[in-house]
Amino acid sequence: MAITADHIRDKLIKELGAVHVDVEDTSPNRCAASYKVLVVSSQFEGKQLLQRHRMVNTCLTEELKEIHAFEQKTLTPEQWEKQKSQ
Amino acid sequence: MNTLIRSTASCLRSGVAVYLPRQADGRVCSASARLLCAAAGVHKDLGEMVKKDKVVVFMKGTPAQPMCGFSNAVVQILRMHGVDDYAAYNVLEDQDLRQGVKEFSNWPTIPQVYFNGEFVGGCDILLQMHQNGDLVDELKKLGISSALLDAEKESK
Repeated sequence: MAITADHIRDKLIKELGAVHVDVEDTSPNRCAASYKVLVVSSQFEGKQLLQRHRMVNTCLTEELKEIHAFEQKTLTPEQWEKQKSQ
Repeated sequence: MNTLIRSTASCLRSGVAVYLPRQADGRVCSASARLLCAAAGVHKDLGEMVKKDKVVVFMKGTPAQPMCGFSNAVVQILRMHGVDDYAAYNVLEDQDLRQGVKEFSNWPTIPQVYFNGEFVGGCDILLQMHQNGDLVDELKKLGISSALLDAEKESK
């Protein structure tokens, strides 16, 4: 399985019903395959930060085995709108 | 502590493939049962390690010399809050610890932060907690008064 930013994006959209996903390949800055993702999904509503991150981790279980470094930001659609307006 | 992990880990090494939960198909043969007990041993150590101190960090490198940007970020954040007295375990020194803690926490990356035996998260989460003020509150619950709180009081 070739891990690409698109592959990660598609999976997050499909499995987390994400309305917005940004995937940045940060590998050039690090020593191996690394990604930074922003996921916006209403499935995050009412969930603590750790729970949200675990949801993303679960979605990307297979990929994370190969990824060296992983950063994530998880927002609800409401938080995303608020952030955009700031 | 390290030798204990190493000796249990040597039992693990040959059977790691059997131990991985996602490969389990329900059949447990006697050999893997023994390996599972050994695996439980490593987890038991981790269970104690995270409870022994209020703040526990599994990182790459040491607080004095972090070997990774994310681990460094955790060290810097804790330092900003005046938390200098915490248990830091260098996973680069011990590959079995490095793998074991990922399985124990069910978390794929390092660094990993524990408060009072409870998993908090990695660098992202700690940074967000620092930015939104939650970290100061969590430290207070541990009986640690954040240096940033004191600094705030002084400036008023």
